[in-house]
Amino acid sequence: MYKSLEEIAQVSKQKNIPFWQVILEDDCKERMVSPEQSKKELMAMYQAMKEADAAYDAKQKSRSGMVGGNGQLFHDAVVSGKTICGPVIASAIEKALKMGESNACMKRIVAAPTAGACGVVPAVYLTLQEQRQIDDERMLEAMYIASGVGGVIANRAFLAGAAGGCQAEIGSASSMAAAGAVYLAGGDTEAIIHAAAMAMKNLLGLACDPVAGLVEVPCVKRNVVGAVNALSAADMALAGVRSIIPPDEVFDAMRSVGISLPEAIRETGKGGLAATTTGQKIAQGLQHE
Amino acid sequence: MNILDIIGPVMVGPSSSHTAGAVRIGLVAGKLLAEPIKEAQIHLHGSFWATGSGHGTDRAIVAGLLGLAVDDARIPHSFELADEAGMKFSFDHVELVDAHPNTVKLNLTGVNGSVLEVVAASIGGGRIRVCEIDGLPANFEGDYPTLIVRNIDQPGHVMEVTAMLGHKGVNIATLQLFRQSRGGQAAMVIECDQEVPAESIKWLSRQEGIVKVTYLSQAQRED
Repeated sequence: MYKSLEEIAQVSKQKNIPFWQVILEDDCKERMVSPEQSKKELMAMYQAMKEADAAYDAKQKSRSGMVGGNGQLFHDAVVSGKTICGPVIASAIEKALKMGESNACMKRIVAAPTAGACGVVPAVYLTLQEQRQIDDERMLEAMYIASGVGGVIANRAFLAGAAGGCQAEIGSASSMAAAGAVYLAGGDTEAIIHAAAMAMKNLLGLACDPVAGLVEVPCVKRNVVGAVNALSAADMALAGVRSIIPPDEVFDAMRSVGISLPEAIRETGKGGLAATTTGQKIAQGLQHE
Repeated sequence: MNILDIIGPVMVGPSSSHTAGAVRIGLVAGKLLAEPIKEAQIHLHGSFWATGSGHGTDRAIVAGLLGLAVDDARIPHSFELADEAGMKFSFDHVELVDAHPNTVKLNLTGVNGSVLEVVAASIGGGRIRVCEIDGLPANFEGDYPTLIVRNIDQPGHVMEVTAMLGHKGVNIATLQLFRQSRGGQAAMVIECDQEVPAESIKWLSRQEGIVKVTYLSQAQRED
């Protein structure tokens, strides 16, 4: 996998092939598979995202009882015209909530890049496909872009909350989704990588502070901020807004911020929201079960 | 790492490390035992013990021991499946020295009487590392066909094993050697690019000075 978005952009220019194809060719070389095989496998991931979205069950509850039903609540609000946001943002919010809840309730999801952040990429991608009637072939190309961006982040920083806080999970997912969203809306390579940069920049420093150490509170709702942030970063990039700090340097900053984060806010369930009076009460209640 | 580690795996939630990784540990340990499990003692360390229940780590490990894959929708119901399959299991807390926070020690007994002790850690994103087998160090992630040979620490065993692999056209990806003490018990952990034939494993286990041969096959994996 590539270590820099700049390098992917350069290869794309030199070979005169699209950004996503650089990532496809790299995958074929690395895993010694044919382009058809690579596409088939990544498409299976996209189809699994669709299935997971469709399989949402409003009645499901997590084992702790903290999570469940909010996706439906939000859906009902959208249908009755109560929401402030337009249809694209509203759909992204609804899908992110639903996927985050399904994950907490031990349903089948696609880790992208992690299970905790599994709602961000599908919320953005499925929304854009539905709202803009994009075919699966093009969605697959956007999947390559998301995985290429995620690969660079993995190489330069980290993807696990325990290593780098929530910025490493939701931040990375948001960056991946933003880059793909730009592509789906017709943006060029420069816009793609700057969307990835801006999405990450806006979530730098995000703590990983799960109540009782579970992937529930605040994880489910953080998927919403990841998705909405991705869409706003994509729209900025499409409008020509550029990140002053180049994308690869933003990922380096994510790494250094992650390393500086105290252990209490790196998935240990000891700091932040987990350490609040209510958070501790919930954790104790679960222990006595 | 590759793009399917970035997007993927398809898995049952909620946590790639506490759920998917836990299933994979059970799966790999079960394959290493190489027969259906009669009884599993599951000793949870660190974060696996502290938050494992809420993450379904307990159900995930049992699911893996039963041979379920990380995306099997039956994972939440693995305790019931174990009862149906006649597999006994128990959980307790263990504090291991210098272990990764997401570590489990498994003591397995098979239906034909084989026993196996495995210490393994879930190291993030659903990836795992087997750290110990039967009390001796090991260090592999379970992505390759892996041959673990326990032998008496005396000259010639490495050559014996590597010559056999060469003869069978099996290329060695990595090879590690460990020993308890000079002349005591030693272990070879060999990750291979091809599957090791079953009859070769049988042949090897009969050689003088070889104490036990354990093998992780990737054969059943769908591609």
